[in-house]
Amino acid sequence: MQWETVIGLEVHAQLATQSKIFSGASTAYGAEPNTQACNVDLGLPGVLPVLNKEAVRMAVKFGVAIGAEVASRSVFARKNYFYPDLPKGYQISQMELPIVGIGSLTIDLEAGESKVVGITRAHLEEDAGKSLHEDFHGMTGIDLNRAGTPLLEIVSEPDMRSAAEAVAYAKKIHALVRYIEICDGNMAEGSFRCDANVSVRPKGQEALGTRAELKNLNSFRFLEKAINLEVERQIDIIESGGRVVQETRLYDADRNETRSMRSKEEANDYRYFPDPDLLPVELDEVFINEIRATLPELPDEKRQRFESDYALSQQDAMVLTASRELADYYEAVVAAAKSDPKIAANWVSGELAAALNRDAIDITNSPVTAELLAGLLTRIADQTISGKIAKQVFEAMWQGEGDADAVIETKGLKQITDSGAIEKLVDDVVINNPKQAEQYRSGKDKLFGFFVGQVMKETKGKANPQQVNELLKKRLAQD
Amino acid sequence: MSLDHADVKKIAHLARVDLADEQMESIAKDLSNILNLVEQMSTVDTAGVEPMAHPLHMVQRLRSDEVTETDARELFQSIAPQTDAGLYLVPKVIE
Repeated sequence: MQWETVIGLEVHAQLATQSKIFSGASTAYGAEPNTQACNVDLGLPGVLPVLNKEAVRMAVKFGVAIGAEVASRSVFARKNYFYPDLPKGYQISQMELPIVGIGSLTIDLEAGESKVVGITRAHLEEDAGKSLHEDFHGMTGIDLNRAGTPLLEIVSEPDMRSAAEAVAYAKKIHALVRYIEICDGNMAEGSFRCDANVSVRPKGQEALGTRAELKNLNSFRFLEKAINLEVERQIDIIESGGRVVQETRLYDADRNETRSMRSKEEANDYRYFPDPDLLPVELDEVFINEIRATLPELPDEKRQRFESDYALSQQDAMVLTASRELADYYEAVVAAAKSDPKIAANWVSGELAAALNRDAIDITNSPVTAELLAGLLTRIADQTISGKIAKQVFEAMWQGEGDADAVIETKGLKQITDSGAIEKLVDDVVINNPKQAEQYRSGKDKLFGFFVGQVMKETKGKANPQQVNELLKKRLAQD
Repeated sequence: MSLDHADVKKIAHLARVDLADEQMESIAKDLSNILNLVEQMSTVDTAGVEPMAHPLHMVQRLRSDEVTETDARELFQSIAPQTDAGLYLVPKVIE
């Protein structure tokens, strides 16, 4: 039988506020346990939550960025469940009246195709603390620093049909929240988390199959792997006559498997009700429009502008606009370099990206700044050096040996463009290799490369390749 | 609508309330009475009435995003049954 995969994603984005959603405790990552958990976060008797304006602004910013309806009135509700890292016995969340309503996002698939994924809603809620299960003499340790950190939970429609589509969607949301500066997107620190609802159904069937919810997907790679594993698992169950159970499954990256966490039927009974400690949030058009006016150029707009302004391919424009920092870097290079934007694109997404990746450095800390790279590209454009030598210069700049001009000077890498000098070298090479010259003249065209290689070897790659080609052709045509 | 013992048991479990068997009868009756009252209210035509989220007709005040709390871990942990390395210790939770 042919199966169709159906995936919906829930993304939890930690909002980049200074203080918590309902208290004045700090949200800074990595503090000593429980030093950023105040009486409100601990759920002590008699405390009251007071909503953080910035968290509301950030949620609204996301809403206007995806063209969603921002609720003029939204309500906080209590989601009731018991777990030690949730001191109040309920999580303050939003149920019936979320702050952001229906919207959509266009995702980019392979081969230049795109697809619109529906976004059901996005709501504000508080994060829970952390449980540490190791090393406490059979007890569990609780750190409540994270408790009360503002989260925006972004819920998609079950519109994705493959793990690749789910990853494309997650990456797009990730880029967007970073562009609009509401979340730092750090997946390793848990600032951006994905849960995937996965089910399968026979191709052509309308009704959805029973779904499993996958958790603990803290990288895009794990998201893809876990979904593929889960799809296989469900198909195996159904094809061998079994039934898929609705449950939460945890992805274990070390073993590359998913395993059942808890049966959701009972846990699902959260008995939501409006939180009497909080009043409805009412937002007027003025407030929403003010926030709309602060939106930066969004990834899709930027990509289209890159394609038209810099004559880049869709693929190049997509790579360069993947993050705002990368896009800013590229534009700074183009602005400063007297060079073709396409060549700048190749360098930024090629040599530079590879070096950043190799040394695990963020683009904002790149030892080769946009100005330095621009200087290098200018020297390629004015033929001071060839593209090949430029790679050597880049590596030296990466190691902190100065700007392009300094490196070219100290290493003596200036391109030889003096045609007299090159002519002499060409002459020598042809005379010193009479056998090859003979073979070339009798039709072995491939040997041309051999001569170019010899000249380049003599000049350590510094001869202008175009001139070498021309002069060699001319010289070899003579007897 | 009336609740049977199984319903009461389930609700008690969800709320982590420990009920003795002999309490079941009377609690089931009390809860059923409340539900009956709600059922009675449900017969009222409420079309066009906006559901009330809070009894006060007021709007949530928003606070500015500033860190105003300082570390009071020592104070809070002085009343905790057990702590270690700055963590609150609780009976082992296994998923």
